[in-house]
Amino acid sequence: MSEKTDITLTINGKDYAIAVEPRRTLADAIREDCGQTGTHIGCEHGVCGACTVIVDDAPVRSCLMFAVQAEGRNIRTVEGLATGDTLHPMQQAFMDNHGLQCGFCTPGFLMLAVGVLEREPNISDEALLDVLSSNLCRCTGYQNIIKSVRAAAQEMRK
Amino acid sequence: MSAHTKGSGGDGMKWVGRSIRRLEDPALVRGRGRFTADLPAAHWVRIVRSPNAAGKIKGITAPDGAMVITAADIKGVKKITPMLHKFNYRPVGQPILADGEVRFVGEAIAAVVASSEEEAEDIADLVEIDIEDATALVDSRAAIEAGAPQIHAEAPGNVILKGEVKTPGFDEVWASAAKVIRIDARSNRQNATPMEARAAHAAYDAVTGRVTLHCTAQMPHLMRTAIADCIGMPESELRVIAPDVGGGFGQKMSLCVEYVLVTWLARHLKSSVGWTEDRRENLIASFHSRDQYVTLEGAFDKDAKLLALRADVLSNVGAYSCFPTTSGVEPLMAMAEMPGPYDFQHYQCLARGVLTNTCTMAAYRGVSRPVITFTLERLMDKAAKAFAIDPVDIRRQNLIVKFPYKSATGLEFDEATYRETMEMAVEAINLPVFRARQQLARDRGEYLGVGFATFSERTGYGSPAFAARGMEITPGWETVHVTVDPSGFVEARIGSSPHGQGLRTTLAQIIADEIGIPPEMIKVIHGDTDTAPYGWGTFASRSLVISGGATLIAARKIRAKLIKIAGHMLEAAETDIVLEDGKAKVAGTDREVTIAKMAREAYTQTHRFKGEIEPGLTESGTYDPPGTFSNACHVALVRVDPETGHVKVERYLVAEDAGRIINPMIADGQVHGGVAQGIGNALLEEIIYDESGAILTANLADYMPPTAHEIPPIELHHMEIPSTQSITKAKGLGEGGTIGPPAAVLNAINDALTPFGVEIDTIPATPQRIRAALRAAPRNAERAP
Amino acid sequence: MKPAPFVRHVPRTLEEALATLAEVAGEDGRVLAGGQSLVPIMAFRLAKPAHLVDINEVEGLDRLVDDGKTLTIGACVRHGAFHRPVTDNPLGALLSYVARHIAHYPIRMRGTFCGSLAHADPSSEWCLTVATLDAVMVAMSVKGAREIKAADYFDGIMSTHLKEDELLAEVRLPLLADDAKFGFYEFSRRAGDFAMAASLVTYRLEGNKIVDAHVGVGGAEPSPRRIPEAEAALNGKAPGDAAFRAAGEAASAAIDPLEDHQTDAAYRRDLVRVVVRRALEHSA
Repeated sequence: MSEKTDITLTINGKDYAIAVEPRRTLADAIREDCGQTGTHIGCEHGVCGACTVIVDDAPVRSCLMFAVQAEGRNIRTVEGLATGDTLHPMQQAFMDNHGLQCGFCTPGFLMLAVGVLEREPNISDEALLDVLSSNLCRCTGYQNIIKSVRAAAQEMRK
Repeated sequence: MSAHTKGSGGDGMKWVGRSIRRLEDPALVRGRGRFTADLPAAHWVRIVRSPNAAGKIKGITAPDGAMVITAADIKGVKKITPMLHKFNYRPVGQPILADGEVRFVGEAIAAVVASSEEEAEDIADLVEIDIEDATALVDSRAAIEAGAPQIHAEAPGNVILKGEVKTPGFDEVWASAAKVIRIDARSNRQNATPMEARAAHAAYDAVTGRVTLHCTAQMPHLMRTAIADCIGMPESELRVIAPDVGGGFGQKMSLCVEYVLVTWLARHLKSSVGWTEDRRENLIASFHSRDQYVTLEGAFDKDAKLLALRADVLSNVGAYSCFPTTSGVEPLMAMAEMPGPYDFQHYQCLARGVLTNTCTMAAYRGVSRPVITFTLERLMDKAAKAFAIDPVDIRRQNLIVKFPYKSATGLEFDEATYRETMEMAVEAINLPVFRARQQLARDRGEYLGVGFATFSERTGYGSPAFAARGMEITPGWETVHVTVDPSGFVEARIGSSPHGQGLRTTLAQIIADEIGIPPEMIKVIHGDTDTAPYGWGTFASRSLVISGGATLIAARKIRAKLIKIAGHMLEAAETDIVLEDGKAKVAGTDREVTIAKMAREAYTQTHRFKGEIEPGLTESGTYDPPGTFSNACHVALVRVDPETGHVKVERYLVAEDAGRIINPMIADGQVHGGVAQGIGNALLEEIIYDESGAILTANLADYMPPTAHEIPPIELHHMEIPSTQSITKAKGLGEGGTIGPPAAVLNAINDALTPFGVEIDTIPATPQRIRAALRAAPRNAERAP
Repeated sequence: MKPAPFVRHVPRTLEEALATLAEVAGEDGRVLAGGQSLVPIMAFRLAKPAHLVDINEVEGLDRLVDDGKTLTIGACVRHGAFHRPVTDNPLGALLSYVARHIAHYPIRMRGTFCGSLAHADPSSEWCLTVATLDAVMVAMSVKGAREIKAADYFDGIMSTHLKEDELLAEVRLPLLADDAKFGFYEFSRRAGDFAMAASLVTYRLEGNKIVDAHVGVGGAEPSPRRIPEAEAALNGKAPGDAAFRAAGEAASAAIDPLEDHQTDAAYRRDLVRVVVRRALEHSA
C-alpha cells in the first residue's frame, strides 16, 4: 500500500471525488472508485482494448494510464455515449448489424470507433480496418463489427 | 455476405426465420451489462500459484499478519474427482489447493485474502513457497515412455484412459487395400481465451446462512451441485448466478478450484469475497485444449475409395481431469467422430489420454473435431495427390450420400448434405477460374492455394448420447418453464445458460410464433439457480436444439391452454380459436379477447372456468433428444509468402446445413466467430511450454488471438434441410465454424506450396514452421527465392 | 495484475524534473512518459519502480521543431503527432509512414517517441529510425546535457547508455536531403505486433547510382543498427532487383541473430533478407 491521493475525475461530464493510490489504473478507478462498470478489463497489458475510453478526445487504453494522470481531463466512457433514450449512431449500428455477441469487448470497440471517427471522420475503409485491429473480440469474427462501424461512420458524417 | 436457401422452414411462421435485432443488445451497448467482476466485495483473493511444474512443497511462509489460506486450512474440502466408468479410466483427484505436491506451473497453492486486489497481490508476492523441484513431463510422448515419472499414483504410465475400437473383419479389408495413405498430424495447445477471464464473487447472507456465488459459468446448476459436494454443504444453501458472461467457448464449462475456494471463504468469513482472474492466470492456469498427436492411415482401393481408417490419438490432458466431462472429452470425441462424413465401414482406433505436468485440458469449442477434421481432411488431400485426382473428386467419391446411415463407430446419421454443401461451395468459389488464377500467380512467383474441408458436427445431443461415454455426470436434457403473467407478458425460465449466443432472442422468437405475441413481450430468464429450472447450461452446440425444443413444448402447452381459456371466454369451439396479434380470435367472426385479459382471468377469475381449467398460466417442457448432425463444407483461399512463411487467408467460404434457422443474423454471427477462432487455431494460437514446464506465451502479445486484420471476409451459404430429430427442426451450429478452418486453411497452404514439394501437417502453421519446411524442401533450390 | 506501489512525482518544469530524478534515481526511480511500454511491465510486476517521475505535466517537452537542418523531438511528443507529416522535408513523410506501423491507434495516442527510445525494445520502430538516420539523443540531468550518437546509445535488449538520473529530453533527427528516398518494411504475425524483423532504408540517387545509403535493421539483433555490409552492396549501384537482393543477402549474413522460443537464427536471417529487400523495393 502507498498513500492515497484525493483527485477528481470527470467522467461523461460528471465529477467524481475519489481517493486513489498512484498505482491505481484509470480503468480500475473508473470501474471501482467511480462505479462505472461499463468499461471492461480484459488483459491489463494494453493488448485487448476492452478498456478503451476517450480522454480529451483521444481513444486510449485506460489500463495503461494511472487514474492520477487523468485528473482535470475529460473522460468519456460507454455510459456517456447515448443522449437520454437516443443511442449514439455507433451503438445503434452495433445493434442493427449484430456487431456484438457476449458484449464484453463491445464498450471498448464503441469507444475506439467513436474516438477515431470524431478525429478522422473521413477515414478510409482500409485505415478503419487498421484501427479496428487495435482491439480483440472473440465472438464475432469481426465481420459485423466492421460492418457496424462502417455503417455508423456514414451516419456520423451526415 | 449471406445467402439463405429456403428449405421447408417457412410454414406460416411469423417470427422464426427472421433476423430480428437481439433483445440482449440494448443493455450491452449502453454499458449496462452485469458481469461478475463488476460486483464490489469486502475481501479480495489473490491466488499464489506454483512456479514449478512438478515438485514437493516443502514449506509455505506467509508474511506476518496476512491471511493466507493453504491446503491445511481447508482439510474438509473434497478434491475435484470426475469419473468415467469406461475406457480404463483412472480417477485422479485435484485438490482445491495443492496438497504437498504441485503438478503444473500455475497450480493454486495458497489464497491470500485482503481488502483490495492490489493489497492481496502485494502480499502474494511476499508469500514464500519452497518447492523441491522434480522432473517435469511436458510432452505426451515423453510421458508414456517407460520409466517416466509418475504424475498420479492412480494412473500407471501416466495413461488416464485408453479407448480401443476395431471393427470385425478390419484386418482382411486392410490387407486388400491398393494404397495406404498416412498422416502424422500435430495439433499444438490452445487456450479458448474468452475476452472476459474467469471471475467469482461469493456473498454470505447472515439472515439465511446462504451463499450467493456469481461466477463466469456456462453450467451454473452443475457448479452448484459440484461446489456443494466439494464443501459438503446442502445445495439449498448455495445460489449460483452466471450473470452476463463474456464468452466461454468451453473454458467456463468445467469446475475450477477458485469457485470452490471463494465459496468456502465466503462461508468461513461470513462476508463477501471476490476473485478476478487476470489474463496471465487465464493463459497459464484456466484450461487448455487441443494438444494432440494423431496418426491416421487410410486404406483405399484402386479407385480411391476409402475402405478403412486406422487412428492413433494421443491426447495430452494436462495435470488433472476436468469436471464434469473428464479428460476423456478430447480423446474419446476423437475416437467416436474420426470417421467423419465418409462412407466406409472398417475402423480401428487407439485413443489415449495422457497426464503431463501442464495445465489441465478441457473442452474448447469444437472439442477434438477441429483436430480430427484437420487430420482426416489432410489425409483425403494426400490421397487425392497419391491418386492424382482432384481433392474435390476424392470427396465426391467418398462422402456419404445415402441416409439414414450408420457409421463404422455406430453413429446414426438421420440425414446430411455433405455432397450438396460441397457442390454449393465448389460452385460459389468457381474452382476452374481459381485454378487458372493460381497458375498465373505461380508464374509470377506468387503462391495461392485453395483448401476444402467437409465435416459433420454432432449437435444437440441428449442424455442417451452422453450416456454412451459412461460419465458419472451424464448431461443432456433441458427444462423450460413458460409463464404468461397476469399482465399478459411472458417469462421463460430456462436451464441453459447463454453467454453471447442470443438465446434470449431466439427462444422468444419460438414462443412468439406459438402464442401470437411479439418477442419484445417475452423475457428469457437464465443463469440463476434460484429462478431457473435445473439444467445443463450452454455448451456442445446444444442450447437452441434442446432448450429450444423444451421451449417449444412448453409454449405449445401454453398455446393449448390459452385456446381453452379463449373457448370459455368467447363461448366458441376450441377448433375455431386463432391466436395472433396478442389476441385470441374466433375465426370468421369479430369476436376476440386479448391475451392480457385471458392471462388476468387465468389468475384472478379462475372460478369462471368451473374447475375445467387449472389456475395460473405456467407450463413446463422438458426435451432430451437423440441428437442431430449439422454439416458444412468450408473453403479457404490463401496466399503464402514463401520468403517469410506468412499466410494470408484472402477469402473464406462456408456452405452449411444447420437445419431450420431461427434467426439468420444470429446464426451467421455464430459461424463468423467460430471461423475466426478456427483461423486462429490454424495459423496463430499456440500455448508453448519450455522443457521445464514454464509457459512462454503468458500474455496476449505472445499468445495470439487473431485481430480484425487476420480475418478475411467470410461468405456464408445456408442449406436449410429441417432436422427430423429436433422438434424445432433446427440443428446446432455453435461449434461448426471452429471445426472447419484448420483443415481448410492447412489444405490451402499445402495446395499453395505444391511446387515446393513440402507438406505442413502441424497446427498452427506458423511462418517459422513454413519457412523451416521450405528451407529443407527438396525442390527448394529451384523454386524458393 | 496490479502494479506494485510507487510514489509519483509530478514536476512542472524541466529543472524540477531533473532534480527529482536525481533524488530518486538511486532508489529505483524511473521516468513515466506515455507509459505504453512501462505500465504493462509494471502490471506483470516485471518492473517495480519505487518512484515514477511523471513528465507529462512538464512545460515544453512536447516541442517538435524543424530548424532547417534538424528535427528536434521533445520527450513528450506522442507517436500520434507523426500521423501527418511534421515537416515538408522527406523526413516528415518517412516518420509518418513508420508511425502507422507502431502498435495500434490508441497506443499511439499516448506512447511517446522518446519513451520508445528509453525503453529500447529491439523491435521498436523508432529505435530503428534513430539508428538508421544517425540521430542524436540529448540526455539531461542535473549535471547538464549530454549528446549521445545513435550508434553509442543502445546497450542490448531493453537497455541503453542513459544513466539512471538522465532524462532523454529530446532527440535530434537530421533532415534528409530534399531528393532522399526512403523505404520501410516490417514483418509481424499480427497487425500491430512487435516486428520480428524490420528495415528502414534511405539513400539518394546520383545519375541513377545509389549514394549515401543507410540500411537499418531492427528486431533481429539486441539493438537496431545500420548494416555497413548492406550499404556497401548498394552504394554506387543502380537501384533495382540485383542491388536490392544483394543488400538483403549482405544484411542477412551480417547480423548476429536474436533467437527465441519460436524464432531460430536461420529464420531470423530469412526475415532480414526479406525485410531489407522489401524496404528497398518500397523506396523505389
